[in-house]
Amino acid sequence: MFVLEVFISGLLSGVMYSLVALGFVLIFKASGVFNFAQGAMVLLAALTFVRFIEMGIPLWLAAIMTFGVMIVLAIFIERFLLRPLVNQPLITLFMLTIGLNYFLEGLAQAVWDAEVHGLDIGIEDVPWVGLEQATGLLISMFDVISALIAMGLVIILSIVFNKTKVGRALRAVSNDHQAAMSVGIPLNRIWVIVWAMSGLVALVAGALWGTRLGVQFSLSIVALKALPVLILGGFNSIMGAIVAGLIIGASEKLGEVFLGPYVGGGIESFFPYVLAMMVLFWRPQGLFGDVIIERV
Amino acid sequence: MLYRETGQIKTDYKSDMAMFPIAQDRWFIYGCVAVAVIGLPLFASSYIIEAFLIPILIWSLAALSLNMLLGYCGQLSLGHGAFMAVGAYAAYNFATRIPELNIFIVFILAGLCAAAVSVLFGLPSMRIKGFYLAVSTLAAQFVIEWVFSTVTWFSGDNAMGTVDTPAIVIFGYKLESSIDLYMFCLVINIVLFVLAKNLVRGSVGRSWMAIRDMDVAASVIGIRLLPAKLLAFGVSGFYAGVAGAMYAFVYLKACDITSFDLFQSFNILFMVIIGGMGSVMGAYFGAAFILLLPIVLNITFQTFFATSGFAGLVSNIEHMVFGGLIMFFLIVEPLGLARLWSTAKEKLRLWPFPH
Repeated sequence: MFVLEVFISGLLSGVMYSLVALGFVLIFKASGVFNFAQGAMVLLAALTFVRFIEMGIPLWLAAIMTFGVMIVLAIFIERFLLRPLVNQPLITLFMLTIGLNYFLEGLAQAVWDAEVHGLDIGIEDVPWVGLEQATGLLISMFDVISALIAMGLVIILSIVFNKTKVGRALRAVSNDHQAAMSVGIPLNRIWVIVWAMSGLVALVAGALWGTRLGVQFSLSIVALKALPVLILGGFNSIMGAIVAGLIIGASEKLGEVFLGPYVGGGIESFFPYVLAMMVLFWRPQGLFGDVIIERV
Repeated sequence: MLYRETGQIKTDYKSDMAMFPIAQDRWFIYGCVAVAVIGLPLFASSYIIEAFLIPILIWSLAALSLNMLLGYCGQLSLGHGAFMAVGAYAAYNFATRIPELNIFIVFILAGLCAAAVSVLFGLPSMRIKGFYLAVSTLAAQFVIEWVFSTVTWFSGDNAMGTVDTPAIVIFGYKLESSIDLYMFCLVINIVLFVLAKNLVRGSVGRSWMAIRDMDVAASVIGIRLLPAKLLAFGVSGFYAGVAGAMYAFVYLKACDITSFDLFQSFNILFMVIIGGMGSVMGAYFGAAFILLLPIVLNITFQTFFATSGFAGLVSNIEHMVFGGLIMFFLIVEPLGLARLWSTAKEKLRLWPFPH
């Protein structure tokens, strides 16, 4: 029973990792850029959100306003950072996002502040009473609801990617920038859309993680937790991010409980990375990533 | 006018393969070395030596280490902070457990330990490439941090995890003053830089560059990928290990795992990219830039906002300016400071008649 409890709570916390990983996947899919600033975006979104709420703005309006801020940010990033660096090597763009990471961390805390804010989005972090009476499992209600929210987000994103015109354009861009431009897809607008979408994902992740941990600087470090999820699932697969999140979450908790005591504990910090590395030996592109074909 | 190779005729193979074929370059390098060896110790105060010059020497070595791996062989590593930690702890253990060892041998052994660990974590590179590899080298960072903070044997069974390193003694002479320490770092630095410069322009460096540019093509023309990549990881690990040992013994005078965390790994990456990938000189530029920028920013902001009382705000704005400057530099010169340097040399070659 205890094993099952650990397993399920691991799965649910894995969903939270997936949420952060999703933001990386979106941008990687559409531009091939590994966006290191995703963690800082989570922090910025969560801080903006919580400060809007503290000003007395209702929850839904605060969420929309924060999303607006993220869209403005996306426009600025595209106009001032991505546009001048078109056609530069990807490592330069990766480096750029590390600089952006510093910038956004500073910006978020300079505009708002560096205090720890409690965030209450109306879901309580208490055990699910019904389930406990029925099966005896202690599972947090909050985990379940955040998992549901994540599911909803994934379904929406999948529909956007696979069924709409914008989604088709996004997939075209991710296949080949030049070919996409030559058939008339406006690259710049696509990038704004993608960064805005990953801003939205950052907002959801920030709100949920913020409720759990409090909105503070450490939110931006959550991004590091998402990296093994990312490589396990494959950089360019939305489905991969979700499945890998579940695997990482569950195995990390189980590993800590069953392996931890033998080696002195604390293996949660690196266990996901080692696990992901093992899988990469077997499938270098991650579980769900596109197979890499190389030609000379 | 001043910088031109006209008339410098190469009459034998030796001069054709010289490290700096142009005489002006050679003089410039001699000048730099002379300034570093004679000028700076004479005129710089011990504060400047300890706070600026020694860190620049150490971190330029670390940057060079990553530059050989990333800039020449194209393998991105985010675990170099941890490889430095391996070097530092190995040097500490060799120096305290076998006290009669010469300090240079201790450092070489420390470098070899770090090289072995680095090769171990470089093994995935035979299957994994690009950002996948970068993220899996993060595993090295976290695993090594965890090992050193959990297994107290490495820090002499000291429960605190932080241990003081023994003083550096060379043939009975104890290095104490800042100038002694500076000279010690400088000698190691120059020797390793000359080695690296020769390594990357020889056949090894050429095979690395072929792998960087396109590894499939490199294997087609007969470069064995795995040995070459592992050699890059090994050499890079060796340099990182020596840099880590120097950082612990000379700068911190202590071994402490928290000073080799992920942010140091990122700092090294910053140095490489700002300095210029695939350039040995770039390591110095990058290290100096990344180390001096926060200090300059700090001083500037202190003078302007010292009275305003918003200490937290100022540190955040410093963060923003730091990130902003990195982005600015990347947009203006994506290939790094070393590129500016070589552009300047090209211009100088034609000056004052550019057509």
